[in-house]
Amino acid sequence: MTGRANETITAPTRFALPSRILHWLMAPMVIVQLLIGVTMIASLSYYPLLLAIHRPLGVLILVFAVVRLANRLTHRLPPFLATMSPAERRIASWSEYLLYALLLVQPLIGWAMLSAARFPITLAGPIQLPGIAPHDIDVYAVLRQAHSVFAVLLFATFTAHVCAVLFHTLVLRDRLLDRMALWPTKHSAPQQDPTEA
Amino acid sequence: MEPGDRSGQSEEPDDQSDEPIAETRAESSWRTALTRRRALLGMGAVAGFAAVDVAGFAYAGGWLRPDALTPPRFADRFEHIYGRHDGFRRNHAKGLSATGTFVSSGAGAAICRAAVFQSGTVPLVGRFSLGGGLPDQADKPDTVRGLGLLFQPPNGQQWRTAMINVPVFTDSTPQGFYERLLASKPLPDTGKPDPQKMAAFLDRHPETVAAMKIIKQSPPSAGFADSTFYGLNAFWFTNSAGATVPVRWSVVPQDAGGPGLPARSTGKDFLFDDLIRTLAQRPVKWRLVLTVGEPGDPTNDATKPWPQSRRSIDAGTITISAVQTEEPGNARDINFDPLVLPDGITPSDDPLPAARSAVYARSFTRRAEEPKSPSEVNVAKVLS
Repeated sequence: MTGRANETITAPTRFALPSRILHWLMAPMVIVQLLIGVTMIASLSYYPLLLAIHRPLGVLILVFAVVRLANRLTHRLPPFLATMSPAERRIASWSEYLLYALLLVQPLIGWAMLSAARFPITLAGPIQLPGIAPHDIDVYAVLRQAHSVFAVLLFATFTAHVCAVLFHTLVLRDRLLDRMALWPTKHSAPQQDPTEA
Repeated sequence: MEPGDRSGQSEEPDDQSDEPIAETRAESSWRTALTRRRALLGMGAVAGFAAVDVAGFAYAGGWLRPDALTPPRFADRFEHIYGRHDGFRRNHAKGLSATGTFVSSGAGAAICRAAVFQSGTVPLVGRFSLGGGLPDQADKPDTVRGLGLLFQPPNGQQWRTAMINVPVFTDSTPQGFYERLLASKPLPDTGKPDPQKMAAFLDRHPETVAAMKIIKQSPPSAGFADSTFYGLNAFWFTNSAGATVPVRWSVVPQDAGGPGLPARSTGKDFLFDDLIRTLAQRPVKWRLVLTVGEPGDPTNDATKPWPQSRRSIDAGTITISAVQTEEPGNARDINFDPLVLPDGITPSDDPLPAARSAVYARSFTRRAEEPKSPSEVNVAKVLS
């Protein structure tokens, strides 16, 4: 019991600062990337421009995702709030793993897909990446379909993630969002307070 | 890591396990703080976010805009006109793969810094084709002939172009092309477009009328080997000093109508068969000509020719040395996307290349995902 009480006192109430910085740097990139991806495939006039942004932004997201994975494996997470049931905690954890997986895999698929179609992987001007898949139209077909499926999955996971955080923050008012805040918050650990109060 | 274990490698007691008394107290304290009104407002905000988020995504993707002209709908129109032919391009479906070289004279380097224009030899993959979405159509002299080229300089700066054998394009906008496709759909009984629909289209599109007049002035040559192929769209070329000029390019046959062409083939695929027989004897060469526009020359309208007097640069010789039946790995599997450009060439304000790039990508993806069937044009059969 004592150990547990100590744990409650010393446990971080927020995500580590690098985690929070990475989260808020990546969030707009991923949202913009999803929007660019879905817009460009439906646009005749903006397709090349959007594609020219989509490629380097995807590579940037991949780099950030790798850094973030390393950060995730080397930092402790704050405890869940008391407002989350065991089932919800499991869902939250799995959706977190899914997001990590998608953010790593989706750029790699895009890169491999262009490689299979024998396209140059142009980042900017003369800067190109090497191909990472064999020149094979059947490989392209599979990767291209996977890129669409994972894009929809990423969009759905993102939407569920934001809805869940908004539900906690605006309906349950448990200050869940504060754990990821880069801005100052009123109470650092509203849900762990009562035991100590 | 297991779900729910947020502390990772921690061997300490689970600090998240339920603590019944504390939890109850905690719950009551925050529950009382909640009012029904605030909860409803919060729910509304969540629902509002979800609605805007999903609707925004669907709108951007074109699913809520049934009238918007999107690449999938453009590809659909080709399928509507020509039928769907699994594994083939939606347009220029009938074709033949080719390989060769481009020997650059170095003259192009004066206006473009792309490596392809430095003196030297660059390997090429090409594809000869006939316009239209029918992969087994009979060759006709006046069907549009296409030549796609992929220049592959060693530095990886690919240049892809898809050209046709008419000096100007029939349409200045993607929308015009889209409408013309429908207007020129052959009627089942006559095999020709509905004259009324075509007339109505031409009434609305004087630029197409003007372009067709120009096209009629240069009747098609005997075959692929003596055809001039035009890039049609204007692009910006930038040299190593940073100077930028508008350019249209074409490939001009070196031995137009010259002797040595074999007796003309007859039969359904005579244009392709001629080319195959010629290439069995000797390579076929074209000059790559860069035409430099001057201020005032239209760069945004492929239906309008530039004055004949414009400076042209002979950038080098394109030699097609062999053709191959379309099969996995050769030109069959290349998307001759006109916006795969090396550093030194950029798109102009012409709306067509962007639309072509977008629709080619859709066509490429569709045919990649479909089962493939053999090409109508078979080199081994012709030479046997």
